[in-house]
Amino acid sequence: MSTKLLLDKANIEGIRFYKAYRENGGYAAVEKAFKMTPAEIVEEVKKSGLRGRGGAGFPTGMKWSFLAKPEGVPRYLVCNADESEPGTFKDRYLMEFLPHLLIEGLIVSSFALGSNRTYIYIRGEYAWIPDILEYAIEEAKQNGWLGKNILGTGFDCEIYVQRGAGAYICGEETALIESLEGKRGNPRIKPPFPAIKGLWESPTVVNNVETLAAIVPIFNMGGEEYAKIGVGKSTGTKLISACGNINKPGVYEIDMTISVEEFVYSDEYCGGIPNGKRLKACIPGGSSVPILPANLLFKTAKGETRLMNYESLSDGGFATGSMMGSGGFIVLDEDQCIVRHTLTLARFYHHESCGQCSPCREGTGWMKRVLYNLEYGKGKLSDIDLLWDIQRRIEGNTICPLGDAAAWPVAAAIRHFRDEFEWHVLNPEESQVRNFGLAHYADAREVAV
Amino acid sequence: MAEEVKKDAPQMFKVTIDNITVEVAPGTSILMAARKVGGDVAPPTMCFYSKLKGSGGKCRTCLVEVAAGSTADPRPMPKLVASCRTNVMDGMVVKSITSEKVLDARKGVVEFLLLNHPLDCPICDQAGECHLQDLSYEHGKEETRYEFQRRLFEREDIGPYIQLHMTRCILCYRCTYIADQITNTRMHGILDRGEHAQISTYISKAIDNDFSGNMIDVCPVGALTDRTFRFKQRVWFLKPLNAHRDCDKCCGKVTIWNRGDEVFRITARKDEWGEVEDFDGKTGWICNTCRFDKKKTSDWVIEGPRKISRHSVISANHYLDDLKRPHETIAEVMGGRKPKLLMDIHKVSEVNKPTVHLSEIEGPATGKVFNKDNGKLLPEAK
Repeated sequence: MSTKLLLDKANIEGIRFYKAYRENGGYAAVEKAFKMTPAEIVEEVKKSGLRGRGGAGFPTGMKWSFLAKPEGVPRYLVCNADESEPGTFKDRYLMEFLPHLLIEGLIVSSFALGSNRTYIYIRGEYAWIPDILEYAIEEAKQNGWLGKNILGTGFDCEIYVQRGAGAYICGEETALIESLEGKRGNPRIKPPFPAIKGLWESPTVVNNVETLAAIVPIFNMGGEEYAKIGVGKSTGTKLISACGNINKPGVYEIDMTISVEEFVYSDEYCGGIPNGKRLKACIPGGSSVPILPANLLFKTAKGETRLMNYESLSDGGFATGSMMGSGGFIVLDEDQCIVRHTLTLARFYHHESCGQCSPCREGTGWMKRVLYNLEYGKGKLSDIDLLWDIQRRIEGNTICPLGDAAAWPVAAAIRHFRDEFEWHVLNPEESQVRNFGLAHYADAREVAV
Repeated sequence: MAEEVKKDAPQMFKVTIDNITVEVAPGTSILMAARKVGGDVAPPTMCFYSKLKGSGGKCRTCLVEVAAGSTADPRPMPKLVASCRTNVMDGMVVKSITSEKVLDARKGVVEFLLLNHPLDCPICDQAGECHLQDLSYEHGKEETRYEFQRRLFEREDIGPYIQLHMTRCILCYRCTYIADQITNTRMHGILDRGEHAQISTYISKAIDNDFSGNMIDVCPVGALTDRTFRFKQRVWFLKPLNAHRDCDKCCGKVTIWNRGDEVFRITARKDEWGEVEDFDGKTGWICNTCRFDKKKTSDWVIEGPRKISRHSVISANHYLDDLKRPHETIAEVMGGRKPKLLMDIHKVSEVNKPTVHLSEIEGPATGKVFNKDNGKLLPEAK
């Protein structure tokens, strides 16, 4: 049984437009929240235990309470819709089909944070979505949910949509702010954190699309009720965008109590691996989190069942665990080559490195080239150790998390699939012909024919 | 008000860097505190420039380990921090060269910086005063593990005075800060991203600004070189002299680099960290007229030899220690007696008296003559 809070109305016809959305209980959260004080709203979000859905999983209520409130300085709320992580497409789904849900969440959050100008920074490649959002904003404005003196509270709020120019790095919050200011999208050096000095030197909160959308059910059902869904500190529901070698790729809403095994094989979700293949490995949270082999995916190192939530997925640290990340669930079946897969990711991070700090600028390109050699049969055994050394020196030594994100997949691939790398070195000709790796990592489940 | 604040908060923060405790004012970065300690403790810097606001944090050579955050919160910081952009807290304990982790990370950063560097030191004008050269000698390895084609760019003349050699650039962003902060307009910046990022002018525009020459001074490597000096001389063959002239645009205080009588190049005066010195609270940036156009000794009032205190090849041939003034030595030899220098001799001697014929003066002056009665010429000397 799954609880649906975000996508429960996704299949109603015309839900993209204001009329259908309002008729199905839309904007009730705004009505409810505007009767409270901003401090009470923040308290309610804290009670709900909502954690940031962008990847880091930082408690949203806590983040909001850190916002500095100096007199006479405007505060800003920025919605991070620069969803560029390979394998993650949940925000796109939300914005495309339920734009009013995001707008509603934004109005409540803006009121709580006192942001009179709120920005949605959207990925440039989502070329058609800004129009959908702008249409929804216009509709909300005409119906009095945006603009001046909303619901007679004296609170003014405008939402602007800003298109990005196609850089992955602009999903990092300080780079996003720089880009929003019209500068080159380079991450800033922290501190100061955006909560003190963000957009135009003013206190700023940057939140993911899904986080802001989740504000709506929190106010519809109450923070404490929301906290009851899920396990431990993983409260509420999470959108997972599943892709790769599965029967039913798509965006699924889960309530963080189901096991990974259920998520992969249940017909309600991914529906198993196609063509009777076995599962080899999986990236559970978007391309930057460590890859997990099948034996560590379903069970933790301690032998417990791994659940789809923040704690369980990161159980065992990076040695035997991974991360919830942004919820980009990529499944690889037995025919997939880990070396080739790692090369693809390394190429992405090399292409997207901003070039500001040296370990990431030079290191990502180096890793890509070494991996290229390994994949195309020109590698040496020492290259594997070299790769390990490069990633170790990038990780943690960079300004922003992109360096870490580039280092982790390589580290995890070597940690769990080292002999596949070695096989590539020792069998250069065969690795060219077969173009997929060793299959013996594949999970021991019987293959359904 | 201010009095009360002082009572509550300690005036100075105590910070321990590599087991040496220094007191610094609140708001000082770890790097500046370490420079106060000096020596090897001070982390190397490639991008940070204390005279340029907002610089630093990019090259990651100055990473240090914070073993204890402060007295109030003694937890260590989980990651290595960039010391140039992290401020000290009271009671902070920092490890620089005593930390294995830091030395390893520094080695890694040097390797990364050298990956795409052409290492064409033998034909590079910066060789001898290059910060990357120093850094790689101190922290780098003798060989590279990089087996691929290095990134290459075309050389580009940006304006009549400066040549940009992008292949050598390590993207420290210092020159863009110069353009932002001390010139009126910035005509160059970073194009592209990642490994392809390059410093460039917008569509090969020339940089034409009175203070653009300072970009050459702040460039830690040989990416921006002085076109009036290119391939003229190796820097370590030149003798640096402090000199000044009256300039209506800048402070006019420079170092001129001579060989014989010829002035080969002119730079601002740099301190031991390779940064331009302050004069009367202002940074001594110099204008292009002083730097490129005044290349005659007669244009300058020479103050004396300049001591280069940087630990680098450039100081190899120069004045290593403080200059010993001749009178000190003579005083030593003469048992503490004050000597007479030639100028003094002339003042009191009869040489300057046109009434006395030269031939009438007896032989060279001797101590017997001049040491008596505080230099007054005694009657019997005649």
